[in-house]
Amino acid sequence: MSDIKLVDLTKRFGELAAVSKANIEVAAGEVLCLLGPSGCGKTTTLRMIAGLESVTEGDVWIAGKRVNDLSPAQRNIAMVFQFYALYPSLTVAENLAYPLHAERLPPAEIKARVDRVARVLQLESVMDRIPGRLAEGEKQRVAVGRAIVRDPTCFLFDEPLSRLDVALRQQMRGQIKEVLSGLDKATVIVTHDQIEALTMADRIAVMRDGIVEQVDTPHGIFARPANLFVAGFIGTPQMNLLPARLIHYADGLGRFAVMGQELTVPVDPAVGRLNGTGAVTLGIRPRGFEPVAAEGADTLKAVIDIIEPMGAETLVHAVESGTDLRVVFDHLVPVAPGEPIRVRIRPGQLHVFDEKGTRVHSA
Amino acid sequence: MTQASDSMAQGAATDRPVANAAAARRRGSFVERNRGPLLVTPALVTLFVMNIFPLMWSFGLSFYDYRLTRQDLPRFVGLDNYARMLADPSIWESLQTTALIVAGSVGLQMILGFFMAMLFQPIFPGRRILLMLVLAPMMLSYVAVGVFFKLFYNPNFGLISKLIEVFQGTPPNILGDPVGAVLGIIFADAWMWSPFVMLLVLAGLVSVPKYLYEASQIDRATPWRRFWTITFPYVRSLLLLALLFRTIETFKLFDTVYIITEGGPGTATKVIVQYLYRVSFQDFRTGESSAIAYVILFIVIVLTNLYLFMVKRREQEQ
Repeated sequence: MSDIKLVDLTKRFGELAAVSKANIEVAAGEVLCLLGPSGCGKTTTLRMIAGLESVTEGDVWIAGKRVNDLSPAQRNIAMVFQFYALYPSLTVAENLAYPLHAERLPPAEIKARVDRVARVLQLESVMDRIPGRLAEGEKQRVAVGRAIVRDPTCFLFDEPLSRLDVALRQQMRGQIKEVLSGLDKATVIVTHDQIEALTMADRIAVMRDGIVEQVDTPHGIFARPANLFVAGFIGTPQMNLLPARLIHYADGLGRFAVMGQELTVPVDPAVGRLNGTGAVTLGIRPRGFEPVAAEGADTLKAVIDIIEPMGAETLVHAVESGTDLRVVFDHLVPVAPGEPIRVRIRPGQLHVFDEKGTRVHSA
Repeated sequence: MTQASDSMAQGAATDRPVANAAAARRRGSFVERNRGPLLVTPALVTLFVMNIFPLMWSFGLSFYDYRLTRQDLPRFVGLDNYARMLADPSIWESLQTTALIVAGSVGLQMILGFFMAMLFQPIFPGRRILLMLVLAPMMLSYVAVGVFFKLFYNPNFGLISKLIEVFQGTPPNILGDPVGAVLGIIFADAWMWSPFVMLLVLAGLVSVPKYLYEASQIDRATPWRRFWTITFPYVRSLLLLALLFRTIETFKLFDTVYIITEGGPGTATKVIVQYLYRVSFQDFRTGESSAIAYVILFIVIVLTNLYLFMVKRREQEQ
């Protein structure tokens, strides 16, 4: 088994806790993305797995072995660095062969393996160049090639695509996913780009300020955000997070005071068990609305402020009682600034967060 | 004096609006109108009188038979001085001695400098202070270093002589022995200039990105391979620069030799500049010494150009 397990993993730099009690498991063949804003501790976590950073508390397990006290070399891992870390004085072929020297293979075997990787990553035409004479995309492929050329227990990627332009990024995303799917290894990818995480990962761990906020599948993270941070961080345009007050709950229907209006909508039964002041936050994604003609107990109204056409869809910024509302309409729906709109929340698109910002749902 | 005070007055006047200043320049006195050229004139005159003129003059002298100590007028002899010099076996001997000392001293400097740089690469407590102490020798004057080592090598009370005595029982007469004298010069010069090489190499070492070392750890490279594939490429061009720079400087070595051995014993440490000194200021064969000086200048110019070429290549690499 080549899996990774982090148990209460903690890293402190003096007083600052860069990572606090992270508990994550990555199965063999699984791709896990560590996602979060810069400074959230995701790279530190990755470096602790790699052994480039010492662990303050907790354990790192790789392939069923506790590796806290092993050097990076002893952990038998492969890592792709953010700046690729290609050896500048060596050619592409020598860079690719570099990790193989430790295995004391005969030169013919090394050459065969390097050639195979070069073929997979289409690097055959640049084998004799030094990294300084490569395009960004080629450098990136060499870095990936150097990781997959040997047989490590797991793969670690640190912001692998951050230096590529948009088109190349899309292409490489697919390519990395394809390469990884052929290998039965645990893979951890660090990224701050949610599209990257959503497209490449089997599961995503969202981090903030050193704390793992949620670990779930891309769909789960998107559809069932555990708290306000995850809700606001994942998804573009950003989810509407509307301050509201729960007035009444009965029979699966919740009545809320929001945006100076009253709104009665079906909610999770757990909402009925909320105590306290009734202050909640309603989370609705901009695409979770549908336009309606007539006013009703389950509709919201607002006045259009700004319109951003996005091609197939139109992003509408509307305002009511000082609260902004972002709504995405089909491009065929006619809208104009200053006009009123009326929307209904589509079924299953409403998330209720309690005072602490945790999503309210029945177990 | 008036020039200086005038230009100071002008300096104060620059506060006035530009249009006024321009008008004043048109109307003003000669000094006001030519302020810029006048300011650089003293420097240019000094440079010409002290450097350029003697350079040209001595180049001319190198084609004449002329002795500073005689009343005779210089007599044009064409390339005779150069021919005589090249035919003189003792100049070849001097060049050989110089080459030996350059090779020994620069080689030692490179090795010592490199290892000291490796030692100073990691950050440790007291590193700054230790670094300053280690750099001290290259800040000293050649004369001071020469006097130090002349005393160190003294057979009766010299520090180094006493140290050797501990091992071999009898006090050595380092400077009395041709081989010992050459080694003594090499050691003194290397002691003085190894810190310089260290400084250059250290600059190269700290410019190696940390992630390369991390990548090589992940790739399980041996320290040996790590050194040759990562560290060395980053310091290679700086090492070459240090090599050339030190070669040029050591080629011109005079002060230390003059003080420690005066070229002796016999001609064992008679480096080329020492030879030049003897011809020009002891024998006063002025014309001939000019010719020698120009040959030395030529060699140094060749080395300097090589040096500049290396500097340019390093700039292009970065």
